[in-house]
Amino acid sequence: MSALLEVRDVTMRFGGLVAVADLNLEVTQGHAHGIIGPNGAGKTTAFNVITGIYTPTAGDVLFRGEIISGRRPSAIARGGIARTFQNIRLFRDLTVLDNVRIAHDAHARYSWPGAMVQLPSARRAEQESIEHCTDLLEKFGLVDAAYERAGDLPYGSQRRLEIARAMALQPSLLLLDEPAAGMNSAETLKLVEFLGWLRDHFSVTMLLIEHHMQLVMTFCDRITVLDFGKTIAEGSPDEVRNDPKVIEAYLGQEDGHE
Amino acid sequence: MMRWFKQPPPRGVLLALLAAGLAACFAIEQFGLVDDYVRFVLITLGINIILCVSLNLVNGWMGEFSVGHAGFMALGAYLSACVSVKWLGWGDPLWMFPLAVMAGGLLAGAVGLLLGLLSFKTRGDYLAIITLAFLMIVKSGIENIPYVGGPRGFLGIGNHTTLLWTAVWTVLTLWAIRNLVYSRFGRGIVAVREDEIAANAMGVDTRKAKLAAFVVSSFFGGVAGALFAHQLQFINPGVFDIVKSTEILVMVYLGGIGSLGGSILGAAAFTILAQVLQPLGTWRMVILPLILVLLMLFRPRGIMGMREFPWFVPRREFPAKEDKK
Repeated sequence: MSALLEVRDVTMRFGGLVAVADLNLEVTQGHAHGIIGPNGAGKTTAFNVITGIYTPTAGDVLFRGEIISGRRPSAIARGGIARTFQNIRLFRDLTVLDNVRIAHDAHARYSWPGAMVQLPSARRAEQESIEHCTDLLEKFGLVDAAYERAGDLPYGSQRRLEIARAMALQPSLLLLDEPAAGMNSAETLKLVEFLGWLRDHFSVTMLLIEHHMQLVMTFCDRITVLDFGKTIAEGSPDEVRNDPKVIEAYLGQEDGHE
Repeated sequence: MMRWFKQPPPRGVLLALLAAGLAACFAIEQFGLVDDYVRFVLITLGINIILCVSLNLVNGWMGEFSVGHAGFMALGAYLSACVSVKWLGWGDPLWMFPLAVMAGGLLAGAVGLLLGLLSFKTRGDYLAIITLAFLMIVKSGIENIPYVGGPRGFLGIGNHTTLLWTAVWTVLTLWAIRNLVYSRFGRGIVAVREDEIAANAMGVDTRKAKLAAFVVSSFFGGVAGALFAHQLQFINPGVFDIVKSTEILVMVYLGGIGSLGGSILGAAAFTILAQVLQPLGTWRMVILPLILVLLMLFRPRGIMGMREFPWFVPRREFPAKEDKK
């Protein structure tokens, strides 16, 4: 039980705005770790710092004990951190299969001159990528749509495809930004089941942002609560549920200003 | 890349057609089967296809906007002319000409690398302005080099661009770019266009993808320039101006972005239109842009935008046939 991901005193400032202040976070290998907090608490910013879209103003992000903050997002992704986005970011004009292949390509090794003259190694890698990604889509129940345009899929399938695409990177840590956004409670229930399958089948560690309390409380092993860029509570779902600071952040102070 | 999911051609058909086409080009050259005008138009068509498909890599597949393609043409044209006239003028065109074309392409590709590096920092309108500046630098630079004739132009280039050489280079270009587009780099290039943030998050080395696109695109732009120089036998810096770039842009957006078939179609339509409209003189340059305006209004992605003739798609990209049941 060691920390797979460690966020150490990370501060992220945009001009005068402090989006994340002294954030500390430890994600244990094998856990599903939830981040909750009111809107604007800095959850997505934290994700963007972890995945390298932003370089933190101060502090470090460590993955498997190595400092990764400051590396390029693509390098971090290839190193084993995959993510989904709050507003789905698929390659909408491409086929479902190509969406997954682009992520899978991260581990292909042939060179571009090699590709241009069709070296046997490049051909083999292409064939392998098609087979591997078709298998992956099969697991995610998307294989029938493999040659459809990703943007034409129904919303739920687009969410699933985004997760499938992230898994094609073969990550050891999966970051999910509001996977239940836009889902009703029946769909959310299904999602919990799906996430459980995902965790068991790929034995992937998860860090997820979610507003849906039921999902977080039933699915996560550990929860971090953010408010105004700061960690205000951390612990098991039960500990967090009963923490007065959490209740205050969500419901407002008892003495009634706001 | 929406595709027409019809079947690829039976194995060997494409190769047989290619061989027949090349044989026909050879026969035309050997026995003078067509008159000089038709031959000239056919060679122009080949050069235009190379220009169109190579610019399409950057402007179509990658979704950038470069207006500097005529600059790469100029680099390829002038360096190849230096090789074939001044440096290796004594050589047999049979080996000397391909060498000159390669040299032109390589110089253009090397300069394309620089432009690719700039594309890390700048995108969209800003990159368009940089490529415009690049075009002006190339043109003015050549005008100030007396060695290649300065503003008067480069005279006495051998007529080495045969129909056969043009066909060979056109096929080579289409083949290489097809292979690139249907590889991890091609998908990376398209991913940059679709969503650069997501592409990065999915491990696509967007820098490498951009560099590959710019280098390959400018290399073939230089090749086309070399063929162009040895077709006209006389080049001057004024030929490689923004109008030339615009012509290539018209071909790309007419035929369709992100499509090999569209590039051929666009180049063909443009080449034929340019000939048909010849009697109109300068009015030609009113009608061609007008077509572009209408196109942008009614079919902004071009005739074949983001679609492909199934014959240009590698066999492996088609859904596997249902064997079971």
